[in-house]
Amino acid sequence: MQSMKVTEKDVAYVADLANLELSDQERTGMVRDLNSILEYVDRLNELDTSNVPAMAQVSDRYGVDESKQGSERFAYASRDDIVEGLRKSLPREEALANAPDADEQFFRVPKVIER
Amino acid sequence: MQLKSLSIGSAHSALQARQTTPLALAEAHYKQIAQRDHEIGAFLTLCRDRALAQADRIDRLAVEGKPLPPLAGVPVAIKDVMSTRGVRTTAGSKMLDKYIPPYDCTAVGRMEAAGAVVLGKTNCDEFAMGSSNENSAYFPVHNPRDLSRVPGGSSGGSAAAVAADMAVAALGSDTGGSIRQPASFCGVVGLTPTYGRVSRYGLIAFASSLDHIGPLTKTVKDAATVLQVIAGRDSMDSTSADLPVPDYVSELEKPIRGMEVGVAKEYFGEGLDDEVRHAIECAIDKLKNLGCEIVPISLPHTPYAIPTYYLIATAEASSNLARYDGVRYSLRARGVKTLSEMYRRSRDEGFGAEVKRRIMLGTYALSAGYYDAYYLKAQKVRTLLTRDFDEAFRKVDAIVTPTSPTPAFRIGEKSNDPLAMYLADIYTVTADLAGIPAISIPCGETQEKLPIGLQILGRHFDEATILRLAHAYEQA
Repeated sequence: MQSMKVTEKDVAYVADLANLELSDQERTGMVRDLNSILEYVDRLNELDTSNVPAMAQVSDRYGVDESKQGSERFAYASRDDIVEGLRKSLPREEALANAPDADEQFFRVPKVIER
Repeated sequence: MQLKSLSIGSAHSALQARQTTPLALAEAHYKQIAQRDHEIGAFLTLCRDRALAQADRIDRLAVEGKPLPPLAGVPVAIKDVMSTRGVRTTAGSKMLDKYIPPYDCTAVGRMEAAGAVVLGKTNCDEFAMGSSNENSAYFPVHNPRDLSRVPGGSSGGSAAAVAADMAVAALGSDTGGSIRQPASFCGVVGLTPTYGRVSRYGLIAFASSLDHIGPLTKTVKDAATVLQVIAGRDSMDSTSADLPVPDYVSELEKPIRGMEVGVAKEYFGEGLDDEVRHAIECAIDKLKNLGCEIVPISLPHTPYAIPTYYLIATAEASSNLARYDGVRYSLRARGVKTLSEMYRRSRDEGFGAEVKRRIMLGTYALSAGYYDAYYLKAQKVRTLLTRDFDEAFRKVDAIVTPTSPTPAFRIGEKSNDPLAMYLADIYTVTADLAGIPAISIPCGETQEKLPIGLQILGRHFDEATILRLAHAYEQA
């Protein structure tokens, strides 16, 4: 492994993906921190995981009816596909209440221009 | 009124016997907050109107001589990552500085339905990302035992509120140790239930496969009482388990004699403070004297838990925090001309340094070319870590470890070294990754009078066993 995995260019690219701008100072700090963390994380490569399944969550291993197969195991989590099946929808006014900019009907955003 | 010795149980008896009123209890705690919180900083928002209206409702029940629900009139604090309808909920972030949720978190709703009086919302690391509370965008929390030290994090405000008698109990959230580590640092009880035991509906998401809600209390019995109230299936959270909720409180009194308790050597390695080690060894001796059989075990993948955790948690966070885009939640940068500029500048202004660092790490770990090497690799090691526990719990009923390798550290001590801060969670992240329940209970103090925490880990959905063991230890 090279000593510097993450370059300033990588940081700029990832910041772009994450919709962050970052100041010059923040970018420099990020190069240092990400390299230090990733170097530590590299110890995972000591483990051979070629035959190990990935685990995305715990609830598919526990707390379900083991006698059932596939999606049947999670049948309890499904509901009928009906409007306002779980709860009443929020009134529009309440849903818009926290928006920094809205009219009576919609969230308002700056004009969308291709970058 | 002696707030120090006030537990849920004693508050309940006093109210039932009409020796005090819900209003008097709430006022006594608000008075304590007024006296202590200016130097501790545990609360971000107080919700007096809501508390007094609830106290009034409970008071009427008591006057009518009706049986009181389990948390009737109990003053509680809620970590500010749980939504409260009409009460500002910030997640410790400037991003949500003015956010007023339009609905209640299920756990909070269940607390209030059981009679609890919500005094206010507690300070925490921004979006629950931190181990010291120094990442709060508002102000750091000071440890009530030693104001120059951190209370732990991220539920530091909840732990400090209970430790300083500003609330009888509190709710916190735990993604990598955020309930247990502050409980340990502040000398209170903190319980992280099994993943799926308590609904996450209304919890502001950090890492959805790891996030848990749980209680911080003065006694183990109080933790059992709160868990009883908040546990169980909720149709609003499809990951909440459809399993019956046992009677945790009555289970507490069952004997522990003959219980097999594992001690894993991997939790006593390099970096463990000598005084903490000594206290945990004494606790293990005490459990032995209580009739438990102590069984040496191994959890071989433990050294890989922190890297696994920081890849999975940050990857999930980078996705969860994408919603803060300047459109729906309060903060938007001024003077922006395009949509893209609005996203970037709003996120730049709204997020603090640690949140940005984690979004960056998570985005990197998920990005094309690195997904297999980092995120997928971590998910596979997560399987190995979980198998370690499966294996261990074939031999033992519970596992005891230190909660944290050190007692509370000084404010500022680790704040410039992210990696050193991450290592503060070394003994707690494993339970979150495996989804097993875990509790931290006080087990002595250092020479400097700093609390030390004993962690007890249990099988999935077997909170009853770890609560019973913790209760027996506490009462002995």
